[in-house]
Amino acid sequence: MIRLEKRPQPSKVWTWATPVLAVVATMIFGGLMFALLGKDPVLAIRTIFYDPLFGEFSSYSRPQLLVKAGPLILIATGLAMGFRAGIWNIGAEGQYIIGAVFAASVGLAAYPAESVLIFPAMVIAGAVGGTLWAMIPAVLRVKFGTNEILVSLMLVYVAENILAYAALGPLRNPDGMGFPGSRNLSQYPSAANLDLIPGTGMHWGVVAALIAVIFGYILLSRHILGFQIRLAGQAPRAAAFSGVNPGRLVLICMGIAGALAGLAGMFEVAGPAGRISIDFNVGYGFTAIIVAFLGRLHPVGILLAGLLMALTYIGGEVAQLTLGLPVAAIQLFQGMLLFFLLAVDVLTNYSLRWSGREVA
Amino acid sequence: MTDVLLSLSGLTKAYPGVVANSDVSFDIRPGEVHALLGENGAGKSTLVKTIYGLVRPDAGQMTLRGAAFAPSEPRAARAAGVAMVFQHFSLFDALDVAENIALGMENPPPMRDLAARIRDVSERYGLPLDPSRVVGDLSAGERQRVEIIRCLLQDPKLLIMDEPTSVLTPQEVDILFATLRKLQAEGTAILYISHKLEEIRALCQHATILRLGKVVGTCDPRETSARDMAEMMVGTVLQVPSREAAVAGEVVLALTGLTAPPPRQFGTALCDITVEVRKGEVLGIGGVAGNGQDELLLALSGEMRVGSEMVRLKGQPIGHLPPNARRSRGLLAAPEERMGHAAAPDMSLTENAVLTGVVREDLSDRGFLRWAKARTFAESVIAKFDVRTPGPGSTARSLSGGNLQKFVIGREIMQRPEVLVVNQPTWGVDASAAAFIRQALLDLAEAGAAVIVVSQDLDELMEISDRFAALNGGRLSPPRPAQGLTVEEIGLMLGGAHDMEVAHVDA
Amino acid sequence: MDLSAISPVLLLAALMVAATPILLAAIGELVVERAGVLNLGVEGMMITGAICGFITAVATGSPMLGFVGAALGGAALSLLFGVLTQYLLSNQVATGLALTLFGIGLASLLGQGYVGVRAPSVPKLDIPVLSDLPWLGPILFRHDIIVYLGLAIVAAVWWFLRHSRGGLVLRAVGENHEAAHALGYHVTRVRMAAIAFGGACAGLGGAYLSLVRVPQWTEGVTAGAGWIALAIVVFASWRPGRLVVGAFLFGGITVLQLNLQAARVQIPVEVLSMSPYIVTIVALVALSARKGRGSAAPGSLGQSFHAAR
Repeated sequence: MIRLEKRPQPSKVWTWATPVLAVVATMIFGGLMFALLGKDPVLAIRTIFYDPLFGEFSSYSRPQLLVKAGPLILIATGLAMGFRAGIWNIGAEGQYIIGAVFAASVGLAAYPAESVLIFPAMVIAGAVGGTLWAMIPAVLRVKFGTNEILVSLMLVYVAENILAYAALGPLRNPDGMGFPGSRNLSQYPSAANLDLIPGTGMHWGVVAALIAVIFGYILLSRHILGFQIRLAGQAPRAAAFSGVNPGRLVLICMGIAGALAGLAGMFEVAGPAGRISIDFNVGYGFTAIIVAFLGRLHPVGILLAGLLMALTYIGGEVAQLTLGLPVAAIQLFQGMLLFFLLAVDVLTNYSLRWSGREVA
Repeated sequence: MTDVLLSLSGLTKAYPGVVANSDVSFDIRPGEVHALLGENGAGKSTLVKTIYGLVRPDAGQMTLRGAAFAPSEPRAARAAGVAMVFQHFSLFDALDVAENIALGMENPPPMRDLAARIRDVSERYGLPLDPSRVVGDLSAGERQRVEIIRCLLQDPKLLIMDEPTSVLTPQEVDILFATLRKLQAEGTAILYISHKLEEIRALCQHATILRLGKVVGTCDPRETSARDMAEMMVGTVLQVPSREAAVAGEVVLALTGLTAPPPRQFGTALCDITVEVRKGEVLGIGGVAGNGQDELLLALSGEMRVGSEMVRLKGQPIGHLPPNARRSRGLLAAPEERMGHAAAPDMSLTENAVLTGVVREDLSDRGFLRWAKARTFAESVIAKFDVRTPGPGSTARSLSGGNLQKFVIGREIMQRPEVLVVNQPTWGVDASAAAFIRQALLDLAEAGAAVIVVSQDLDELMEISDRFAALNGGRLSPPRPAQGLTVEEIGLMLGGAHDMEVAHVDA
Repeated sequence: MDLSAISPVLLLAALMVAATPILLAAIGELVVERAGVLNLGVEGMMITGAICGFITAVATGSPMLGFVGAALGGAALSLLFGVLTQYLLSNQVATGLALTLFGIGLASLLGQGYVGVRAPSVPKLDIPVLSDLPWLGPILFRHDIIVYLGLAIVAAVWWFLRHSRGGLVLRAVGENHEAAHALGYHVTRVRMAAIAFGGACAGLGGAYLSLVRVPQWTEGVTAGAGWIALAIVVFASWRPGRLVVGAFLFGGITVLQLNLQAARVQIPVEVLSMSPYIVTIVALVALSARKGRGSAAPGSLGQSFHAAR
C-alpha cells in the first residue's frame, strides 16, 4: 500500500520536474488515444510537437506559434495573480471579448482618419473594457460576498451575446454588403496590429505578453503586493493579520487579469483576427487557465507553458489537415495535460512511501 | 480490584524523523483513574490514538480483558468498550447536540429516543445539556459535555480523556471530577492525560510518565510530590521566570467600552470592555476558551476594526486603524494559532519575518521588499530566541510548535513594541520553550513595554501577571492585582461554573 | 409582436421540462457539496452524459437505456475528478475546471459521427384522469418520466440528508472532515460515493438535454447549464427544497425568453438570450447580500483532506 506523507518543505526538484512528467504522460496517453482513433501515434505526436517547429512547412507555422502564444501568455499571467491569491476569475474569455469590442469600437469610430494616436487609444480602450468587465464580479464579491467563479463565468455568456449584438448591429461593416462582422481593422493602417518584423508573428501583443511576464515576475518576487498576493492565497488569516486588505486585493487581482485579457482581445481584433465577428472568440480565455496552471502560476513557467500550448494548437491544426485528426482530440489532449499536471503535482508536496505491513 | 482491563506491552510507533512511542508498556485496571503524564511531544497523543484505533503501532501488542486487542479503526475500539474525549473536540458546529452524539455511536436509537436518553444521562451525571441546540453556539464547557455524554451513552469500560480541564473553570473542573469519580465507582477505568500535576494528584491512583516516547517512571500520584513528578516528566530542573516588582508607569493603552459583533459565525461578541494598561506592567487576561479571547486579539491587532475611540494608544484613538498603522504606532500582537494565523506555514521564516516586520523594520523601499534585510532580521530572531532550525530559508511548517512559537513571539519582541498583546503564548509548547517565552515577555515589560497576555493557563498567568482580569462571554472583569488571588476567587471571576447544576452530583 | 401566441399553460408545462436538466445536475452537486467537495466540473459531466446517453440511445434504440448510459458516463468522468482530488489531493477548483474542459473535448470527440442525428423519442406519460384535468393536466401530468424522476431524486435526497444515518455521516464529513475522521468515518470513501452520485445526476441532466430538450446531438449542447446548476446550489443555500424553486425560476426565465423571441418582441435577441445568465447573477447577488455573515456552506467545502497521522 502506498501512503502519502507531507514533506516539510515543497520539493524544489519536483516543482520543475512535474510539468515535464505531465507532458510526457500526456504524450503517452495522448498517443494511446490517437491509436484508438486509428492514427499512427508516433506520427501524430511528431506532427503535433515536431513538425510545426522543424517540419516541412515550419516557415509558415513557426510565426503562428507566437501569434497563438501571445494572448495565452498575456491572459494566463493576469489569471495567475488572482489564482495565487485564491481569487478565481474564470471569466477571462468574457473580459477578452469585451476588451476587443471596446478597442474595435474606438478604432471603428475613428475610421477612416489616420493618426498615431488611434492605436494607443485602442490599447487603452481594450484594457479598460476588460477591466470594467472584470470589475463586475470583483465588486460583487467585495460588496456582497458573491461567488466570483460563478459570476465571472456567467458574464462570459453575456459577453458572447454582446459580441453577437455588436457584430450584427452597431459595429457591422456598412460596406460589407450585409455580411455579419465589422470592418477589417488589420487593413486600417492606424489601427492595425501587424507583425513588427514581417513574417515572425511578432506583433505588439507578443511584446505586451513579454512585458507582462517580466512585470509579473518582479511583482511576485520583489514587490510587497506580490507578497500579499501569495500570502492571501496560502494563509488568508495570516494575510489579514499581516494587514492585507482582502477586498483591495480582489479588486487589484481581478483588475490586472481583466486588463490583460482585454489587451489580449484588443491585439487580437486589430491583428490576427482583424475584425469583430460572431465567432471572434476561440476559447483563449479558457485555455489560458490550463496555461496558468501548467506554468505553476509562475510568470516564467507561464511563458513556457503558453508556447507549449500554442504548439499543441498549431500542431493540432497540422494534424487535422494531414492526418484528419479531429479538433476535439486536440481539445481532449489539452485537458489531459492539465489532468496529468494536477495528478503529479502531489509529488511536490508529498512523498510516496511504501508501507508493506499495513495491510488493511 | 486487581484484574487487568487493558494491558499494553512494547508499543512502538515511529514517524519519519521521530519515534513517537518506544516500547511502551503498562496496565490499566477496572475502576482506576490512571494518569498518563508527559510534556507536549512526549508521545501521549500517539499512544491514546493507538488505543482508540486511529494509529496502528509498528510493534507491540495490547490485550483487553485478556484477549488480543488491535482495533483497526475507532469503530472497533468503541465496540470493544473504549471511548475517548478529545482535546480538540471532534464536534460538528453546524449540527445539533443529538446529531453529534449519534455520530459517535455505533447503533444510535431513533432521534426522539436518543434525545430522551441524552437528557437521562446528563441528569444522572450532573451534566445538563439540551439535545436540540446547535453545537456551534455552545460554550467550551458545554461542548465538552457533549463529548462526555457521547462516550457515556455507550457504557464504556475504558474512558480516555485528553487534557479535559484546559477548557474549564476551576468550578467546572470540580464538577468534572465529581462525574469521573462517580464513573470510577461504577467500575469504569479512566485513562487521564494531562500535564497538570495538582489535578493528577487530586484525581488519579496511578500514573505513568512518558518522556520522548518512553516510559520513564510510574508512581502513585497521591504519594508523590508534584515536584518529583515534574522532574520525571521534564528530565531536568526547570527555571521559574523571575521578575522584580513592577513600578506602574503611565497609561499606554486604554480600552473604553470596546464593543464589537462576532466577526464570524459561532464567534463571541465583545461587550463593553474597559481597561487600562500601563508601561512596564503585565496584564493577564484569563478565561475559558471561546469567551472572546480571539475576538479581543483581533480588535487589538487591527484585523477587526472597531470604533476609533474604543481603543486609544498613548491617548490617540486607533480603533479604526488597520494592523500596519497600529504597528507603526507601537501596538504589536501575536495571535494564538501559529500555523496559518501568526505565521504562513508554507512560507520561509524570512517571508514570515516580513509578515509583520515590514513597517517597523523598514523592510520595503517604495513597495519593493528588501529581502536581504528581511533575512538578516529573521536570522537575528532565530539567534536571539534560540529557534532550532537549519536557517531562515526553512518553511514555518517544518518547525516544531515550540520553536515556531519562539520565532513568532521573538519576531514581535524584536520590533521593540510599546504594547504587545499575545494570546496563548505557550499553548502546545514544551516546558523549556514555555519558560523561555515567559521570561522574554517579562524582560520586555521590564524594559518598559506594556504586555497583555491572554491565556487559558491560570498557572502561567499567576506567574507572570501584575494584574489579572477575566474574560467571560465577551465581557472583561475589572482587573485585580494578581498577587494574593486565590483559585476560588479566580474561578468566580471566570464565571464560576457555567450554569452547571452542582447539586445534582452526589459523589 | 404577438404576445397572445404565448399560452400560459404551455409556458408552465415547458417550464417544468426546461428546469429538469438543471434540477438533476444541481441535486447531484448539492450532495457533493454537502459532503465537502466542490466539483466545478458539472458542465463537463453533463455534456459527457449528454453524448454517452445519446450514443447509447441511438445504438440500443431505447431512450431509457440511454439515460442509464448517461448516468454511468457522468459517474465515470466524476470518478476521475474523485481520484485526483481525494487520493492525489489536487486543488478542487483547478481540477473541476479541468474536468469541464476535458469533458467538453471528450463529448465533442465521441459525438463526431452523431451531429444532426435524431434520438429515439422519449414517450410522454399519459396518466389517466390526472392528465385530463384542465390546466393542471398539461402543466403537471403530461411529461416524460424523467421529469418526475428528477423531482423524486430531490425528494429522496431531502429524506436521505434529513433523516437517514448515511445522510448524517455525509453532512458530518462535509462539515468537519477532521472530526469525522477522528470518529472513524471514512472521509474519502464517503466523498467518492458522493462525487459518483453527483456525476451520475449531472449525466442524467445532460442526457435530458440531448435526448428530450433538443433532441439531437449538437456540440456544446449544455450551453452553460452546468454552471447554472452550480449557481442554483448556492442560491438554494444547499437545501433540496429551495433547489426546486431555483431550478423552476431559471427554467421559467429560459422558457419565457424563448417564447418572447418567437413572438418577435421588440427586444434584441441577444438581450433575451443573455437574460437567464443575468438573472442568475442577480439572484446570486441578492442571496449573498441578504445572507450577511452567516453562510450555510458546509464547513469543509473545497478543502483537501489528508489523514496525516
